[in-house]
This record gives sequence, structure tokens and C-alpha cells, in this order.
Amino acid sequence: MAFPHRPDAPELPDFSMLKRLARDQLIYLLEQLPGKKDLFIEADLMSPLDRIANVSILKQHEVDKLYKVENKPALSSNEHKLLACRAAFLFSVDLVNADKLAGRTRKYKVIFSPQKFYACEMVLEEEGIYGDVSCDEWAFSLLPLDVDLLSMELPEFFRDYFLEGDQRWINTVAQALHLLSTLYGSFPNCYGIGRCAKMSYELWRKLEEEEDGETKGRRPEIGHIFLLDRDVDFVTALCSQVVYEGLVDDTFRIKCGSVDFGPEVTSSDKSLKVLLNAEDKVFNEIRNEHFSNVFGFLSQKARNLQAQYDRRRGMDIKQMKNFVSQELKGLKQEHRLLSLHIGACESIMKKKTKQDFQELIKTEHALLEGFNIRESTSYIEEHIDRQVSPIESLRLMCLLSITENGEPKRPKMRIYGPDHLLTFSNLRRAGLLTEQAPGDTLTAVESKVSKLVTDKAAGKITDAFSSLAKRSNFRAISKKLNLIPRVDGEYDLKVPRDMAYVFSGAYVPLSCRIVEQVLERRSWQGLDEVVRLLNCSEFAFTDMTKDDKASSESLRLILVVFLGGCTFSEVSALRFLGREKGYRFIFLTTAVTNSARLMEAMSEVKA
Amino acid sequence: MNRTKGDEEEYWNSSKFKAFTFDDEDDELSQLKESKRAVNSLRDFVDDDDDDDLERVSWSGEPVGSRTRPGSFQSLSDALSDTPAKTYAPELGRPKGEYRDYSNDWSPSDTVRRLRKGKVCSLERFRSLQDKLQLLEEAVSMHDGNVITAVLIFLKRTLCKEILFRELEVRQVALRHLIHFLKEIGDQKLLLDLFRFLDRTEELALSHYREHLNIQDPEKRKEFLKTCIGLPFSAEDSAHIQDHYTLLERQIIIEANDRHLELAGQTEIFRKHPRKASILNMPLVTTLFYSCFYHYTEAEGTFSSPINLKKTFKIPDKQYVLTALAARAKLRAWHDVDALFTTKNWLGYTKKRAPIGFHRVVEILHKNSAPVQILQEYVNLVEDVDTKLNLATKFKCHDVVIDTCRDLKDRQQLLAYRSKVDKGSAEEEKIDALLSSPQIRWKN
Repeated sequence: MAFPHRPDAPELPDFSMLKRLARDQLIYLLEQLPGKKDLFIEADLMSPLDRIANVSILKQHEVDKLYKVENKPALSSNEHKLLACRAAFLFSVDLVNADKLAGRTRKYKVIFSPQKFYACEMVLEEEGIYGDVSCDEWAFSLLPLDVDLLSMELPEFFRDYFLEGDQRWINTVAQALHLLSTLYGSFPNCYGIGRCAKMSYELWRKLEEEEDGETKGRRPEIGHIFLLDRDVDFVTALCSQVVYEGLVDDTFRIKCGSVDFGPEVTSSDKSLKVLLNAEDKVFNEIRNEHFSNVFGFLSQKARNLQAQYDRRRGMDIKQMKNFVSQELKGLKQEHRLLSLHIGACESIMKKKTKQDFQELIKTEHALLEGFNIRESTSYIEEHIDRQVSPIESLRLMCLLSITENGEPKRPKMRIYGPDHLLTFSNLRRAGLLTEQAPGDTLTAVESKVSKLVTDKAAGKITDAFSSLAKRSNFRAISKKLNLIPRVDGEYDLKVPRDMAYVFSGAYVPLSCRIVEQVLERRSWQGLDEVVRLLNCSEFAFTDMTKDDKASSESLRLILVVFLGGCTFSEVSALRFLGREKGYRFIFLTTAVTNSARLMEAMSEVKA
Repeated sequence: MNRTKGDEEEYWNSSKFKAFTFDDEDDELSQLKESKRAVNSLRDFVDDDDDDDLERVSWSGEPVGSRTRPGSFQSLSDALSDTPAKTYAPELGRPKGEYRDYSNDWSPSDTVRRLRKGKVCSLERFRSLQDKLQLLEEAVSMHDGNVITAVLIFLKRTLCKEILFRELEVRQVALRHLIHFLKEIGDQKLLLDLFRFLDRTEELALSHYREHLNIQDPEKRKEFLKTCIGLPFSAEDSAHIQDHYTLLERQIIIEANDRHLELAGQTEIFRKHPRKASILNMPLVTTLFYSCFYHYTEAEGTFSSPINLKKTFKIPDKQYVLTALAARAKLRAWHDVDALFTTKNWLGYTKKRAPIGFHRVVEILHKNSAPVQILQEYVNLVEDVDTKLNLATKFKCHDVVIDTCRDLKDRQQLLAYRSKVDKGSAEEEKIDALLSSPQIRWKN
């Protein structure tokens, strides 16, 4: 059932090297403070660290105690303190100042990961502890979550860039790409779309030029790289996911490649942390499947397993010995995994039935296809009235707004509590809610500004306001790119025909369709209209270097970089495309995302 | 850079030049720069001195290129073999290589490149507005937000805010970085000044309003919200701010009253259903639910009565009915549920009406585990026959299913349903009686 790769599909590069690299750098940093030390870790870094180094490695390098940094000073007796943090440097300030007040002198080292910001140093200086701490960087920016999925584990990227317009992570992205090209050879073919994609690409190029020679002569392992901004396609990320991995993410939240299955899944009284990746044989076969196929598959699997167990009947003693020593362990392992995923499916079913999932999906499909708008609108209004889930309602409103190019009716904010006034304002600024603006979209401020602008800066101004005046044009794009497949009769989800299967055959993910089209043409040629509708005329680029050394195998390996996050549905869709065309896709994302995460990132009220 | 020779001499005469070591913690770059300048000016007086010699005296460090380049692979063993002496504050014990090329004459683009690499770099020499702006533009064209912010921190320190604001107004990328920076460090005052300067009235209002999130004390929060009411929000947002204030004002009154009642222990509803949380700062609908739960029968005149809330906040009928239904069903007050949907016409006839559709009513009742008799009554009120049949089947309202099949004259469906009811039950008997009845003309 799980589709096999074509025999000519290229092999994936070995990304485990990235983990080793991050671990070595961490150890190096730990050794910089010799002797016993305490390590304080910011909560956001816990899971990524977990995937890189275990406690025994930390102990080996004399980490005595491990603390998760919370907003209060922890008491520790060791002379050395290490802090690993992102930008949440305020924590460390409190920590150090608390010690200072208590008259304790210690050595502090703050490790910023993946990089230190000048703003952080400024705060250290202002708080008067600049000299008391030493700073360092742990350039850990690429975590291989799976054989084909690399994550920068920067969920904050989305808000920082797409809402606040802060470009602080662009250098991190460029550095990560530079690292990849150092390790796996340069990329002969580069494509991209989006403002952030273009800037990241340009900075990356600059880095390569500066350090010329390092990547030269290395045979490129990956033939293509494709950079894509999340705001090119919000629609896909806003949809409910129905492939297994996406559904597990929507339901239980996969964090850093692992998921906590609660008692309702494990059918015992404790929760279980499970790694979800290609090594889980059962999961690997169902992860890309439409949910409707998963049950059948699992029960077939269970029957096979039973049959294999049953073989032991009628075995003689020698056969039995063989069976126990060779097969039993594998069977038991499979058994365990199988019951876990069956449990997960049951739990998903239970939750989804409660939420009228069917009706919800129907509404989403209607929005994507653009029919029965009135009905969908009233469904969403009722959804809000019933207070099913504020995040869900917000998501539906955004989907309606983007697909219909405007907010047909002002949302009922009162339901969300007054604080959501700020959330709505954020959604509009990020372009997740678009307002139905009359023809003259320029406000007084804008025209005032444009008068002030010199010719040179004029381009920048238009660009800065593009998000304000941006129209989503989803309907026109959908038509141009054929995102809604015409189906005669039932769409057979067991035998998918196109990438639309990840949304029950109703919609081909826009982001994936763009990748497909550009790869087919090896350029943006003929896609001008689409690019224009995406408001990306200035930000779609192609860059080919003639590289004779690129093997035909490498030319079928494609690295897709999602700036602002990608969803598991998109991953599944491109994996499918790869199987169809004999490609293999590798994914690099700033973080794995889904609709709920997008909405939460826009909230002002921190839960 | 702009110092005149006279200045330099004065500096030279008035300060004692001593060998500069980076073991000292006073790594002020201005000092470094001035030392360097002093050293350079020394050359005019002393014989030709060797650069290298001077550097040996002045600063210690590592040979060029020993610094780990971020991004390049360096295995642990590699890293350990050429570890620079970065024991304490690595910026202070910087490799010599970084100083060898330390110069006063870096162009803005060189400076920006160094900043991007995370190297220490003094910006103090960019003193003219033109230089500062050129620096900013270089940073923006580099795309690295960290560097843009670094330059902005410098500009914020060295320009008065009117000039800074004026220049940023036409540099939107940089402007966005400054706004985000001010938000992050919590410099609310400057942020508000900036919005005021830019005439971004709505953002100004929202930004001011946002502060209420940091106020925990309900009374103080209420007072703060009062100050937000006159701010230039959009028309719709203005109404919400007013509502927010009124709501919190109500909640404070209700909370004080109910906490008292609960503690006194005299009121049945609070004894039977102790409150799980305070009502303060809850959304309007939650407040309405609370009021339908604890204060349903109160007269319209009291602040805590549901009708009063409905009127004050112009809650639409649908919303009201949904909320009241959920609250009363939770209390299993079926009589109230009944009354919620009963309307009398002018002749005194009663009729059942539901603004939300009876299928929703049934679902909500079922969620609150209403008994079958109650469910049945409302399933019967569902107009669409298919929906009615589906709901009746789903919630096991046998009578409704059976009667509907009979009305539809659908013998097949009734036969099929017979297998779903318990053997020997009253339902089965009823079905059998119908199936054998000669009076019905079945359609199939």
C-alpha cells in the first residue's frame, strides 16, 4: 500500500552528520568552562537539545545539574553557570542579578543559539552585567528530524518576519544554506519566490563569495534548491490536515519529531513519548496516507501479524527456538507500534466525530472551490457562536477571507474576549485576514509618505505597503494553476492521481504546485501571470550555474526551503510528486507548522 | 575621523598613554580607537616604527583566521587543537587577526560586513547624519536584521528622536525593525512617540491599549481601560473598547458579590456548584454563560442578570439562546429549556421556535446528557425529515424513528430498524404492530 519509490530514485544524502556537528560544537562550548557547571536551558531549546545530546553526554562534560529556565531565579550551588538561550535573554539577566544581589560571584556563560543578537548584548550592557557574563554562540541551526526533513526549529521566524518585518533570522537561513553547500556541494539550480526567499538567497550568495573556494570542486549532491515564503501560500497551511502524519500533528502536536501519546492512545495509565520518523516501520507506511486508508491498512497489518504469531503452532522445538531468537523480537516490536498507531487512530476518530469534522471539511472544500459562499459564511458564524474553539474559528475566518479576497462580514470579536482586538489587528497586518478595500487603497498616511519619498526609495515604499494593499487573488491563481481537480465520480484516495489526495482530492496545495511547475520548466517562464497574482513579480528568481559535475542522480534531488514553516501535508504531497516523477525531495523548514500554530503565533495573549 | 589635528594633540597631551591590553575589561571601542589614533599620531613624532612591533606591545591574540568561522565544519578535535584563548568573555580576548585590520577607515559597507560576522566594530566614527544614514542603508541592503537593529541602536543613541523618526519614515524596512526592537525591549514611551510622529493613529491607540495586558489588578486595569476609550480607534474597535471597559466594570461587581455569596454558604446554587474560577477578564460569552448559570432568574434591573447583559452588549438572539441553552441544560433545568423555545402568539396559542435550528438544540442537549424523553421532544421539532431521522437514529429516539418511518410509509427502513432495537422490547412490539397493520399503505 505505501507507495514504493521508483527503482531509479536517487539516494538521500546522509544528514546525520549535522547532528554530530551540533553535538561536537556543544561539547566544545561545555569544555570552555572546565569543571562542574550547571546548565540552564530555555524551554524552547529543550526538545532540540534532546535530539542532539542526552544527559549522559552532558554529564560526561561535567554538567552537574540541568535547569529549564523559567521566569524565576533558580538556586544552584555550582560555581559555573551556563545558559543556553535564544533571544529570551531577559531570563539570564534575572538570574545573574539575583546572584549578584545575594553577593554570590560566579562565572556565567550565555550561549546563544543559533546566534547572538546585538540587541541582546545591549540589554546585558544596560542591565549592568555585560562584564559578568561571557557570551558565545552555538551555531546549531539544522536539526535533521527525519531522513528527508531538516528543521531549523525556529517557530518564532514566522511571527518575527511575517508580522513584525524583522529580518533577524535571514542571516541564520543564509548560514544554514552555506553549511549545507559546504557539506553537500553547491546547488547548480536555484529557484525562489517571495521577498524573504530573495533576501536570504542574496545574503547566502554573498557568504559564498566571501568564502570562495570552500565549496568549489565539491561534487554537488543536491541538484536543485527551491526557496519559498510562507506568505506565498497561506491557504494550504490553513486547511485541516487529513493525511495521517498531518492529522497526528493537528491532533496531538508533533514536537521536534516526537509526540506525546496520552493514556487514551496507549490504553494504559501512562503517556508515552514516541519518535515519529522513517525508522518506525509501521508509521513510515502510513504517514503519507489519507486517513481513510489508514484503518484498513492497520487491520490488514494486524491480521498478518496474527498469522505470523500463529505459525508457531505446530513448530517443533528447533523451529520454535529459531522463531524465538530471530523473529519474535521483531514481531513484538511491530506489535507494539501497531497497537500504538491503532490507538492513535481511534483517539483521532473520537475527537473528530465530536467536532463535526465532516461538516468542517465540507465547508473548507466549499471555500477552496468557491461555491456556496453564503452557506460557508453562515457555518463559520455559527461555529463562532457555538464557541467550538476560538483558534479553529479564527482559522476558518482567515481561510474565508483569503479565498474570498476580503472579510465579507466583520467577525464577531466579542466572542473571543476583548483582547483579541490585538490578534485581529495582527492577522490583518500579516495578510492572514484581508479586508475588502475599496478601489483607492492608499490611506492618508501612505500618500503622505509617498510624497516624501525620493525616487531611490520609492521601490521600498511600495513594497512596504504591499502587504497592506495586498489582495490574495486566490481564485484567479487557483484557476490558472488548476488547483481544484475536476473529478468524474469519486476521487479514489487509495490510488491517488495527483497531489490533491492530501486534501481528499479537493485541492492541490498551491505551494507544491508552484514547485512542480517551476521544476518542470526549470524556470518561471510562462508563469508570469501567476507570479503577478501572487504579488511576487520582483521576488521570483532563477539562478542556474553550468555545472558539468552534477550527476544525473543529483539532478533528481531537490531541496525545498520553506521560510516561515511547512506542514506535513505539503511534505506528503511533494513526497508523492517525487515518487511519480522519480525525484526525491528534501525539506528544510524554519519549523514544522500547521493552522493552529499559525493562529497562535498571531495572538497577543500568551497562554 | 573628524577630529582636527589640534584635537589630537590636545588628547595626546592630556592623557597618559599606556600600553593597551585586552585583559582589562574596559574594552570601550572608542578607547581602542583613540589609542590607535594616539599611536598613529605618535608616528609623527617618533622615528619610523614598525607596525608589527606596535601591535605586539598593544594587543595579544591569535593569528589570523583561527577563529571558528560560523557555518564551517569544525570537528571537536579540530576545535580543541586551535582553541583561541577565549576563556572569559571572548569578545575581550579577541584574536589578533581582528585587530590587525582594525582601522578607522572602514567604509560603511566594510563596517556592516564586520557586524554581520558578529565581530566587534565601533560605530562611533559615523558622526555626520550622512554617514549614519549611509551606514543604515548599507545594513538594509545586506538584509541582515540583526545588523539593521545594531545600527538602529546606535542611531537611537546618537540622534535626537525627531531626526531619527523623520529619516526612518522614508525607510520602511528600518522603521519596522525599530518598531519591533522597541516592542521587544518594552520602550513603550518611545514607541508611542514614534507612532504619534508617523501619524499612525490606530497603531498608536492599539499600542497604548495593549498595555492593559500588563496590569493585573482588576480595578487598575479598569481605570486604564477608561483612558483608552477616547483614543482614535476605528469605529468598530472603539465600540469594543467601550464594551471591554463596561464588561470589566460589571465583572468586578459580580465577582465581589458572588464571592461573598459563595463564602456565606447560604445560596444553594453556589453550594451545589462551586465556582471553578473567577469571572474577571473572561470573554463576554463566558460571562453570559456564567450569568445564565448562577443568575438566571434575576430581574432585568440587576447587573448580573442575563437579560441585562444581553441588552447592554446587544447580544444577538442566536448567541443568547445558544448560551442560555447550554447553561440551563448543564443544570438539567429542562423546564427553563422548554421555556426558552416557547412563544405565545396573540391568540394565546403556544408554539415552539428556535432561532438556531432544532438540530443544534438536540446536539447541545445530548452533549449535556439529556434524557431520551427530552431529546425526543426536540428531535420531533426538527423540520427536515432526513435530518430528523438521522438524529433520532444517532440518539436512539426509537419512537421518533418508528413514527417517522410510518409517516413516510417506508416499510423497508422500518424493517431495517427493527434489527437495531432490543429483542422483546416495547419498541420491537410497536414495530411489529405497525408492520402487520392493514391500515397502512406502504410505499415499498
